[in-house]
Amino acid sequence: MARRPVALGATVIAGAAAAALVLALTVGTLAAVALRAEFSRGLGPAEWAAIRFTLWQATLSALLSTVLAVPVARALARRHFPGRALLVTLLGAPFILPVIVAVLGIVAVFGRGGWVNAALSAVGLGPVSIYGLPGVLLAHVFFNLPLATRLVLQGWLGIPAERFRLAAALGFGPADIARHIERPMLRAVLPGAFAVIFLICMTSFAVVLALGGGPRATTIELAIYQAFRFDFDLGKAALLATIQFALCVAAAGAARFVTVPEAAGPGLDRPRELYLHGRLRAAADALWITLSAVFLLAPLAAVVLRGAPAIAALPHPVWAAAGRSVVVSVPSAFLSVGLGLAMAAAIARLGRRRGAAVLEGIGYLSVAASPLVIGTGLFILIFPIADPARLALAVTAVVNAVMSLPFVLRALVPELRRIEADHGRLADSLGMHGWARYRLLILLRARRALGFGLGLAAALSMGDLGVIALFADPEGATLPLQIYRLMASYRMADAAGAALLLLALSLSAFWLFDRGGRLGADA
Amino acid sequence: MGLTLDDVLVRLGDFTLTADFSVPDRAMVSVLGPSGAGKSTLLSTIAGFLRPERGRILFDGQDITDLAPGARPVSILFQDANLFPHLTAAQNVGLGLRPDLRLSSEDWARVDEALARVGLAGLGARRPAELSGGQQGRVALARALLRRRPLLLLDEPFSALGPALRAEMLDLVAEIAQEAGSTLLMVSHDPRDAARIGGLAIVVAEGRASPPAPVATLLADPPEALRRYLGAETAPGTSRDQAGRAS
Amino acid sequence: MRLASIAAGLLALAGPVMADEKPVLTVYTYDSFVSDWGPGPAVEAAFEETCGCDLKFVGTGDGAALLARLRLEGARTDADVVLGLDTNLTHQAAETGLFAPHGVEVPDLDLPIAWDDPLFLPYDWGYFAFVYDKTRVTDVPHSFPELAESDLRIVIEDPRSSTPGLGLLLWVKTAYGDDAERIWQGLADNIVTVTKGWSEAYGMFLDGEADMVLSYTTSPAYHLIAEEDDSKAAAAFDEGHYMQVEVAGKVAGTDQPALADAFLEFMLSDRFQSIIPTTNWMYPARVPADGLPKGFETLVKPSRALLLPADKAAAVRDQALGEWLAALSR
Repeated sequence: MARRPVALGATVIAGAAAAALVLALTVGTLAAVALRAEFSRGLGPAEWAAIRFTLWQATLSALLSTVLAVPVARALARRHFPGRALLVTLLGAPFILPVIVAVLGIVAVFGRGGWVNAALSAVGLGPVSIYGLPGVLLAHVFFNLPLATRLVLQGWLGIPAERFRLAAALGFGPADIARHIERPMLRAVLPGAFAVIFLICMTSFAVVLALGGGPRATTIELAIYQAFRFDFDLGKAALLATIQFALCVAAAGAARFVTVPEAAGPGLDRPRELYLHGRLRAAADALWITLSAVFLLAPLAAVVLRGAPAIAALPHPVWAAAGRSVVVSVPSAFLSVGLGLAMAAAIARLGRRRGAAVLEGIGYLSVAASPLVIGTGLFILIFPIADPARLALAVTAVVNAVMSLPFVLRALVPELRRIEADHGRLADSLGMHGWARYRLLILLRARRALGFGLGLAAALSMGDLGVIALFADPEGATLPLQIYRLMASYRMADAAGAALLLLALSLSAFWLFDRGGRLGADA
Repeated sequence: MGLTLDDVLVRLGDFTLTADFSVPDRAMVSVLGPSGAGKSTLLSTIAGFLRPERGRILFDGQDITDLAPGARPVSILFQDANLFPHLTAAQNVGLGLRPDLRLSSEDWARVDEALARVGLAGLGARRPAELSGGQQGRVALARALLRRRPLLLLDEPFSALGPALRAEMLDLVAEIAQEAGSTLLMVSHDPRDAARIGGLAIVVAEGRASPPAPVATLLADPPEALRRYLGAETAPGTSRDQAGRAS
Repeated sequence: MRLASIAAGLLALAGPVMADEKPVLTVYTYDSFVSDWGPGPAVEAAFEETCGCDLKFVGTGDGAALLARLRLEGARTDADVVLGLDTNLTHQAAETGLFAPHGVEVPDLDLPIAWDDPLFLPYDWGYFAFVYDKTRVTDVPHSFPELAESDLRIVIEDPRSSTPGLGLLLWVKTAYGDDAERIWQGLADNIVTVTKGWSEAYGMFLDGEADMVLSYTTSPAYHLIAEEDDSKAAAAFDEGHYMQVEVAGKVAGTDQPALADAFLEFMLSDRFQSIIPTTNWMYPARVPADGLPKGFETLVKPSRALLLPADKAAAVRDQALGEWLAALSR
């Protein structure tokens, strides 16, 4: 195969360096934990049950999310209505919502004392309990339906308009359109969407703990947690984390085998003219849009309503913590996008070479990593050389950056591939390498994707608590930790107010960065 | 000395192209041949986007086979995407002076001069989308003028333009190549383009790029491969070479 | 190195690094102790008035996470004192060999049990109990079997992730021994959900997700004193109530042995002990001279105090967990 004699040099080296950091934080921390292990009892029946339950709930969660996303995305793809753009943005909110905030909102709506049960009892129906597998699925669909919808919507909007025109010219009915145009697109998009959500749900921890209803709903991540703090069996924790990695890699490999969709990138605000009319279909679309909007927005509304009374009078330490969360999330977001940019540029540069797939795989690794193992491994590595508490915020920023990286990469890789395809030869022929290429080409052309990635990473970083427990510095609490502290001191109303503040900060961070990217972008 | 392709073989999947010839300094060379014969492949190889499986590419006696595209003594204009849409015309031209666009005020003056030379005085602040197709071609030519590379490769950059406009652009290309003292290699579908430029022509057909021969001679008595092509393509300029094929 | 430079940047942001020559006493504890609403800030201020030192609290998760951290750090730990383990953890803590005898002449403690642990000193304690809202629950159960037979819905904490959860496990095990699994089977249909920690469980209870929550007999005091709300109460169980005794110990490798001793002495002084009731919402290990805050007298007084000795607690823990898992996994 003829290859370009282009110096891949600096771009690929930068990408490889970023990948090395990701590897150190995921596989490296796992190795640190494994090496520190003194003994292990190995896996018992409880751990095997946890592995089975994890696979089962992740499969169901991913299946439900992707299946439900199809009618919702189709409705959004073919309907114009006022506020559609706002709705598409808001529907993305659950994905960037801090887990604790979301769980509070879900319980307020679907819990035993929630709105749904209040409505049911008003019409004489008994209370419905969500705790157990239904609650886990409900929460996972709540978090991931927006992502699945976005991916499928992207697929729909990616179908060239000419194809629909051709279909109209040939007199295709809805069934023909479905068979010749929509189903091939879904076949290409759904396996990837399923895989991403499957991976996210594999490592889900807080949701399962809050809504799982008891030891039946024990996931691998919870078993790792137990191995750490109940048994102090680091060997078992490392073994479980390795199994979790292996399962995720196998799932990702299987999905790649079937095909991988293009990312949840920006630019979904334009409905596609689908040449479809009919009152029944319009009513069905309206129903799907309404149902998904109510399902996704009601818990957000609950968080707002519960938190609103307390937010004005929140105690000073909560505001200080909010400030720290912002201070952590902004550099964390830039670091995440910086890493993502370095890796995506290298991936785009490597084109179809195997190195591209390897780099991309490493970038997605943190989805499969156990936050607990990362935190503990880092602690083991850092403790001998530095005071963990003094590095708390830095470690939080770096780890959150790597945890957001998979989502940032999903936005950046297709964008940079496109830039490389459209303008790579010209840039090469003019000798634009290294920083000049970033400054004059990539950063300018990828502004929208960069803004989207920054917003996503900032929001995700704002809400994350997973890793830092061991590093926490009493004076350096971030907002999620402060919410837990309020709850631990019986101050549930203040905690609700702080949760609303966290929600507002996460959404604003996302909105500001995403908006910034759009404003700067050229047509 | 000029450009030499020394026993070069390029492979793209099942397709191969061989070339073994030299082009004299400052020559005006048309590259003719049927669609898919490998005209773009030849230019891409010279420009450094494809690595030959065998052989060497020399310029003025120096082996440039392993140089990156930007480091070669080459300016190339592609079929499309010759300008960055997010940069102004002046910035696009300025890239020809420094790829990092850190230009002094004298440099910017030279950019303006180059724009004026191609008939675009005062349009430097426009983005490509605000320029016509012909104007975009002129911006790319202005950049080539500033780069002053000894080899100017044209991969049918004007194929989307109408005949009159294309003729005008070809004249400009010829002038600029002469001013810059460059050797010109220009892919064309249309023998009339070759006739207009004059000079030499390379015929690419059946996996081989022939050594350059005078256009007048070639057209007067075309070799077998060229004859078939000329006979087949009765409507010149309507089909396009497949750029890059498997790349 | 990227990490280091970011750290440097953040440290610069965080303000000038503490640079005084006073000796530093490092006390590891659980996170809610050091929070702005916990005892930490007041304790720090009070001790620093007299010690001529800088008291530095390091908070890590809860008691079990604290122990896990200590084990990770081993002999290299910076901790001089560890505060916040409970008697269900002290056996494993002692086994690490990281603790030195406290050497404090133990004053008369106001604990329902005798205290003779040479390594650890208690600073507060409480009884686990099911807390309910008097306006919603009128038919209050008085034992585990009564609770199991009722239609009441309860939220409990997971013993694998929470110290109250572990306390409940040992409560049932201590009260019912080999019958514990049967009790758990009976409770299974009353349990709404099992949460990661106390905070989630208590939050759900306050939101009306359950009629009762596993907490402490002292929990109603918070609502009474801080919110002037007397609607919360703890149910007194005839089997007796399992205790949580929270302790502190001196790290053997401390570089501040004198300060560590001083801190442990201070811990049982009126100054420290009077901070505990309304910040940690537990009973102080030694009731201060001016007594308990007003409101504590309204709390339920269990007829029997249950507590497994530390070694016994460590020994039955895994078996009790197995029974719990078996009963609730059905």
